[in-house]
Amino acid sequence: MPPSNRIQQLVKGVLRGDKRSIARTISIIENSEPEAQKLVALLYPKTGKAHLVGITGPPGAGKSTLIEKMVKELRNRGKTVGVVAVDPTSPFTGGAFLGDRVRMQDLSVDPGVYIRSMATRNNPGGLAKATKDASRVLDASGKDIVIIETVGAGQSEVEVVKVAHTVIVTLAPGLGDDIQAIKAGQMEIGDVFVVNKADRENANKAASDIEAMLELATEKTGWKPPVVKTSALTGEGIAQLLECIDEHGAYLKTGMLDERRKERVENELIEALKEKITESILNDLRSRGEWKRLTQKILARETDPYTAADELLAKQSKSKTKKKA
Amino acid sequence: MFDERKLSGIKKARQRWEKTTVPNWVGRHPERKNDYSTTSDISVKRLYTPEDVKDIDYLGDLGFPGEFPFTRGLHATMYRGRLWTMRMFSGFGTAEQTNQRFKYLLKEGETGLSIAFDYPTIMGYDSDQAMSLGEVGQCGVAVSNLKDMEVLLDSIPLDKVSTSMTINGPAAMLLAMYVAVGDKQGVPREKLSGTTQNDNLKEFFAQKLCIFPPEPALKMSVDLIEYCSRHLPSWNPISISGYHIREAGSNAVQELAFTLADGIAYVESTLERGLKVDDFANRLSFFFASHNDIFEEIAKFRAARRLWARIMKERFKAKSPRSMWMRMHVQTSGCTLTAQQPANNIIRVAFQSLAAVLGGTQSLHTNSFDEALCLPSEEAVRVALRTQQIIAHESGVVNTIDSLAGSYYIEALTNEMEERAMRYIDKIDAMGGVIPAIEKGFFQKEIADSAYKYQKEIERHERTIVGVNDYEVKEDWVPIDLLRIPPHVEKEQLKRLQRVRRERNQRKVKEVLGKLHDEADRNKNLMPSIIEAVKSYATLGEITDVLRSVFGEYRELIVV
Amino acid sequence: MSMKKERKIRVVIAKPGLDSHDRGAKIVARALRDAGMEVIYTGLRQTPEQIVETALQEDVDVIGLSILSGAHMALFPRIMKLLKKKGLNDVLVFTGGIIPQEDVPALKKMGIRKVFGPGTTTSALVEFVRENAPKRR
Repeated sequence: MPPSNRIQQLVKGVLRGDKRSIARTISIIENSEPEAQKLVALLYPKTGKAHLVGITGPPGAGKSTLIEKMVKELRNRGKTVGVVAVDPTSPFTGGAFLGDRVRMQDLSVDPGVYIRSMATRNNPGGLAKATKDASRVLDASGKDIVIIETVGAGQSEVEVVKVAHTVIVTLAPGLGDDIQAIKAGQMEIGDVFVVNKADRENANKAASDIEAMLELATEKTGWKPPVVKTSALTGEGIAQLLECIDEHGAYLKTGMLDERRKERVENELIEALKEKITESILNDLRSRGEWKRLTQKILARETDPYTAADELLAKQSKSKTKKKA
Repeated sequence: MFDERKLSGIKKARQRWEKTTVPNWVGRHPERKNDYSTTSDISVKRLYTPEDVKDIDYLGDLGFPGEFPFTRGLHATMYRGRLWTMRMFSGFGTAEQTNQRFKYLLKEGETGLSIAFDYPTIMGYDSDQAMSLGEVGQCGVAVSNLKDMEVLLDSIPLDKVSTSMTINGPAAMLLAMYVAVGDKQGVPREKLSGTTQNDNLKEFFAQKLCIFPPEPALKMSVDLIEYCSRHLPSWNPISISGYHIREAGSNAVQELAFTLADGIAYVESTLERGLKVDDFANRLSFFFASHNDIFEEIAKFRAARRLWARIMKERFKAKSPRSMWMRMHVQTSGCTLTAQQPANNIIRVAFQSLAAVLGGTQSLHTNSFDEALCLPSEEAVRVALRTQQIIAHESGVVNTIDSLAGSYYIEALTNEMEERAMRYIDKIDAMGGVIPAIEKGFFQKEIADSAYKYQKEIERHERTIVGVNDYEVKEDWVPIDLLRIPPHVEKEQLKRLQRVRRERNQRKVKEVLGKLHDEADRNKNLMPSIIEAVKSYATLGEITDVLRSVFGEYRELIVV
Repeated sequence: MSMKKERKIRVVIAKPGLDSHDRGAKIVARALRDAGMEVIYTGLRQTPEQIVETALQEDVDVIGLSILSGAHMALFPRIMKLLKKKGLNDVLVFTGGIIPQEDVPALKKMGIRKVFGPGTTTSALVEFVRENAPKRR
């Protein structure tokens, strides 16, 4: 079925860089509205030009302020920028307070910048499910760089590698933990390490501590993650940080990108399949009488969830073969 | 404080009362609530007895008015010698209009001026800058340059009247203008008397009128403290404020603790410049709210005096008693006043002012009953002023000093507040002080949580606001005489501003602004060059823009 | 794409002009979040252009304007005009703070659906937003 007129208009608008179209498109995808998949299908071929940069790190590291400075500098260099800022959804209320934009509000009225705040909607990993697709929309709209700011809550910050080309891990000295703050997993995912608030006392120590840890880590990939000291206050280190990002981008283009991209694409395909398979099978199983019966049995401790699952699946494939016959 | 034997007798009797008399009564007449507490969640007992104050050392903890630790009052004779200053915060529209209001209030008996500036002025913008659109003269008087100040203070003798200026970021500029007017009137600078609020630290978590980031903002405040200690000895360079912290939603203990923490930060910063504590501490002043819970507020004021005196003596080794004085100005709490049934606000303000007087304040502003609707009309502000005069001349509470001392409840509460405030201060110290705590969002979170809690209590009817969630009326009486600022005010102000810009010596202005930029770059005390700049009729916006270019602008850390 | 989830209401809470009283705005933001909505807070001192751009980029359903400075009659017409210009006609706009009763009719005429006064409960506000937020196109 050909895409509706509305979808075609939105796609045209996105490709033109029209902000309203971008806004509506991201919403449709985020809300999994019926035509979301069509939108992604039409826009996907137009992606691949933007450099996706993920910024992660503990709360208080100054990510938002750092991003503001980065974007301002990028704009000075004539680049257009998209920012996706992610904040956590409350598991109790389902609501979210999206406050990252506040620190970048100067940039709201810059026509070359697009900022979108997203709630995780309880997706684990520091990003929203739709973050990837939102970044794609911004990519398709012609942005040179898309910056993705993660929640920054802790260990589960690794989602960002699936989305970004370059991952920046940010720290600030005196946050209490310093090196401890680089939770398990973050040492491995960082392509660039930033010690923010470089005007502080312990900045140099924090930087050398990270450098020391990086020395110990095995060089798997041929890219040695640099450690940059920045101060959003003075502007120190911002230009250097952008150089590092550019260098990493160039490095990826030398072939590493293909390998990593293939891996990423396969992962995405698996995720997409998982979602569709789960949805279709679950919907089917849930609608059967078996479901209720087995749930009761589990409640009465006459069976366990795993055994019940086996039963359901067995029944399902039987009926499939029946159908075939 | 009491004889051990007598106390034990009292204890036994109290226990008997609790086991027999109380249950007998409560059986048939249950208490209205399960527990009673102050706004700071301090549990309030049914009854206080000598047991609650047995550990008080009268001489060490209470003492005498005019002597350390000043719990009972700052001065030996308090209101018997001199009443508190009746200082009504006012300002709106053009300098001419506010000048009229000043003259009206002085005629009606106020004893000190207090200037409210409009938002553009407070944020260091001229009336014709983009952000000023629609705001000129709305919440206070517009002052963009020295000419405005001259009109504002026309016929006001600066050697006879003391003036408080509620200004923070641009405090140096407004003080410079005041000094320039004083110079023109021929008043010796040592005689200029008044206060600049100039408490930039609290802006970051309470009043939010921040222009520069924390470090330069602190520098500006301390510049004034340093300058005044040397050149304006009758001027209070700073009014370390808790009022705004309370209005932002904190409870009484937080108001007390965070204010004193700020005070500590200012003293430390000034000492770092090489001044001796006794050189400047005598001119530090404070500003608190007076909220609904009368006794908690009285306890707060007494605890504040004692705590500050102890901090100055023990932590900062002040030698002069004047360095240990906590001179305070109090304003009745605006956020407690309602738009519904505005006449009720007169009662609220009356109780809150009584608390301030029983708490020993040096200066008091009473809010007008139309507070939640608009700026005060003449009639409303007169009633507010009369409230103070009635307390002073009719109620008799001023006949003796610290009349509530010795009350078992008041003394227990005063102790409790001091203790809880100290715990907060220790916590802030452990974080590295006020600025690190601001950056961690500590104050902001405490305040936001208290504010939300208070609101929820109101919505769950655990806290009654008369006329709002109980005792409501359908047809509310709206005072007819609402003060509105008409649009032509902005136009008039802009006209004067344009004339000033046209008629001044442009070359001189450029020169002084250049000098200011240079001094700011080199981290000098900026008062002298700012005075020079205002005298050449450089505008407030021009001066602030120079400082913005050197210091940067602040971006808020949001904690909800 | 997975099954359609319940639609979240997205709200911008904005502070237009120089007014720095944010106690109420923050309480409202928190209450809306606690009611399951996604709330974007602009922070203080926003120009009409910043507010409208934010609403546009964030594709919000609702805009809440908090103002206590008396500058609403100068700022709100500009905001409403810009919203119209950008095609954001079906966004629900409400306001709160210190707004004299006599200004309410003019504000309603501009397209502001509700003016909340001091003493408004968060539950009344949340209910209003829930019931009046546009059902999605």
